[in-house]
Amino acid sequence: MRHIISILIENESGALSRVAGLFSARGYNIESLTVAPTEDPSLSRMTLVTRGSDEIVEQITKQLNKLVDVVKLIDLTEGPHIEREMMLIKLRAAGDAREELKRLVDIFRGHIIDVTIATYTVELTGTGEKLDAFIQAVGSAAILETVRSGVSGIARGEKSLHL
Amino acid sequence: MELTGAEILVRCLKDEGVEYVFGYPGGAVLFIYDALYQQDDVKHILVRHEQGATHAADGYARSTGKPGVVLVTSGPGATNAITGIATAYMDSIPMVIITGQVHTWAIGSDAFQEVDAVGITRPCVKHNFLVKDIKDLAATIKKAFYLATTGRPGPVVVDVPKDVTMHRAEYFYPEEVAIRSYHPVMKGHPGQIKKAVDLMLTAKRPMIYTGGGVIWSGASSSLTEMTRMLGYPITNTLMGLGAYPATDKQSLGMLGMHGTYEANMAMHHCDVLIAIGARFDDRVVGKVEYFCPEAEIVHVDIDPSSISKSVKVDVPIVGDVDHVVKEMIRLLKEDKRTPDHEALAQWWDQINEWRGVNCLKYDRNSSLIKPQFVLETLYNVTQGDAFVTSDVGQHQMWAAQFYKFDKPNRWINSGGLGTMGFGLPAAMGVQLAHPDATVACVTGEASIQMCIQELSTCRQYGLPIKVINLNNRYMGMVRQWQEFFYEGRYAMSYMEALPDFVKLAESYGHVGMKIEKPSDVEPALREAMSLKDRLVFMDFITDQTENVYPMIAQGKGHHEMHLSPERELA
Repeated sequence: MRHIISILIENESGALSRVAGLFSARGYNIESLTVAPTEDPSLSRMTLVTRGSDEIVEQITKQLNKLVDVVKLIDLTEGPHIEREMMLIKLRAAGDAREELKRLVDIFRGHIIDVTIATYTVELTGTGEKLDAFIQAVGSAAILETVRSGVSGIARGEKSLHL
Repeated sequence: MELTGAEILVRCLKDEGVEYVFGYPGGAVLFIYDALYQQDDVKHILVRHEQGATHAADGYARSTGKPGVVLVTSGPGATNAITGIATAYMDSIPMVIITGQVHTWAIGSDAFQEVDAVGITRPCVKHNFLVKDIKDLAATIKKAFYLATTGRPGPVVVDVPKDVTMHRAEYFYPEEVAIRSYHPVMKGHPGQIKKAVDLMLTAKRPMIYTGGGVIWSGASSSLTEMTRMLGYPITNTLMGLGAYPATDKQSLGMLGMHGTYEANMAMHHCDVLIAIGARFDDRVVGKVEYFCPEAEIVHVDIDPSSISKSVKVDVPIVGDVDHVVKEMIRLLKEDKRTPDHEALAQWWDQINEWRGVNCLKYDRNSSLIKPQFVLETLYNVTQGDAFVTSDVGQHQMWAAQFYKFDKPNRWINSGGLGTMGFGLPAAMGVQLAHPDATVACVTGEASIQMCIQELSTCRQYGLPIKVINLNNRYMGMVRQWQEFFYEGRYAMSYMEALPDFVKLAESYGHVGMKIEKPSDVEPALREAMSLKDRLVFMDFITDQTENVYPMIAQGKGHHEMHLSPERELA
């Protein structure tokens, strides 16, 4: 099962390496990991996507909680939640392909944020599947470069992860 | 008044009540050593290798319940300490390790004796810190002691760059410290405790299984009270020996790979298992599928991540063992129900039948010295009242089987990491903490050579440790596995070119003895014990072929124990 774990962690040097080290030391997998400071600069918010059986994910959350730098965490996948990922993708866009690519970007509700004679750079936000679908739709031949942010997530409704 | 960082550090140790610091100087910690030199409150013990410093601090901690403190220099000082830090981490021992670091401006430049101490220790510490600003120094030391000693204890490293020890600041040592992300749970959940007590009272074939957590929680007396109230059988893990008196009739001894037949059989057949401060280690559990197949399991542990890690439990209770057990006692006293005496009597009949197998029997008529005989005699000669440290291997298992610990904090060994070389330096820490006590280091000719240099430290500080070297000219446990599982191909397990241990001990200024006949074992031990102010190195030439029995092979269940080959069970 895929789980999205949201973590509030001390914004200190070395905190990220404790999380990454825990995963490699215990043989857990990290599918994606995003981290940035919150409105409180002493805290960082981390979104970590992992896969594992219920027992493994239970251990992962317990082990994460055990890290002294981890202030609080929730498994977003335990309740209704929203996940988003942002992608910047540079596409070969010359000649006849230009118009078709523009249409595709519109269909996927992306934005073209940079243009040259031969390329488009597109910004696209959505679930991981949506980004995958866009990549498939444009085809690998057209792709010059892909940058994905990894998943960020938040719980639906009034539930929130804060101190 | 402003103090230098080095002075602040030493003052912190003093204010923390630190008696001994175990360490070794070097460039990055010279200011700290200079500050140590100019005061008398904190005593420094100079070891001969940083690994020795960590094990000595560890032995001090295990025998006193107080944190052990280590001071080493940057680079190789820190890397040499790693084995000892990892040893403490695996056994949840409170230690604070101060590592010197190169100047802050030199960090990351591959400076002389630079190593990323925080990075390199990260996987084997409870937490670690790099102090970059002298203003943070005192508070960081306070946090380090707080983290090391609370919750599930463990080692904490504080990496201190040289310039931080040089700069000046006002000294202020906080009385208390709060860490917003760290709140160890002390009290167990009342509903869960109630559930556990209900289950305990309805058991027909109960079993209590306890580990090192009981010792660290200081819960031996409450555990003993509860166990006697209930009349249930109890087994201790290797780390938990002494938490319940081994000579008591309810004690079934140690369980696990080299545990007793009765303890393991009772585990296999129990219907309610009460696990307290134990972590279901693989050497205890054996094959998970066969573990306690009929039992509902209660598990009390201060570390939530220990619960249902390898074995799924039915009633988890997160909390401090002493708190929880006391609460259980209160509920048991209030409860009108009593244990099912009839079922319990039948259960004890069954257990006594298993006991009758006498699984620790060995050949008492051998013309060679049997290692078990040495340990049994050690137990008798010291009247069961010694502190016993051990190294790792066969001798460790025999010590655990044959020295019956009636008190906690007396059995000091590297259980989790299995660190050869632990025994002698650990014994130094124990002896310093208990200057008048008998401290025996049970070791083998392979293990002892891993930290033999500490004989020199023992000389310097006049530590009258009794080294019991069970010399079988093999790395015994390796040889045993090679005999059982590798068709007797004894690859590299033979110790060639052994030193003359008697002369070696003498050259360090100690007393050496070589004992070759069974009839000499007891007189020699009595003589050694009478030399109260001398370290005596006793080289016992033992039977080379002796193996540790009983044994559960890896991947087998508790019911699949092997006794010695002559007396294999059906």
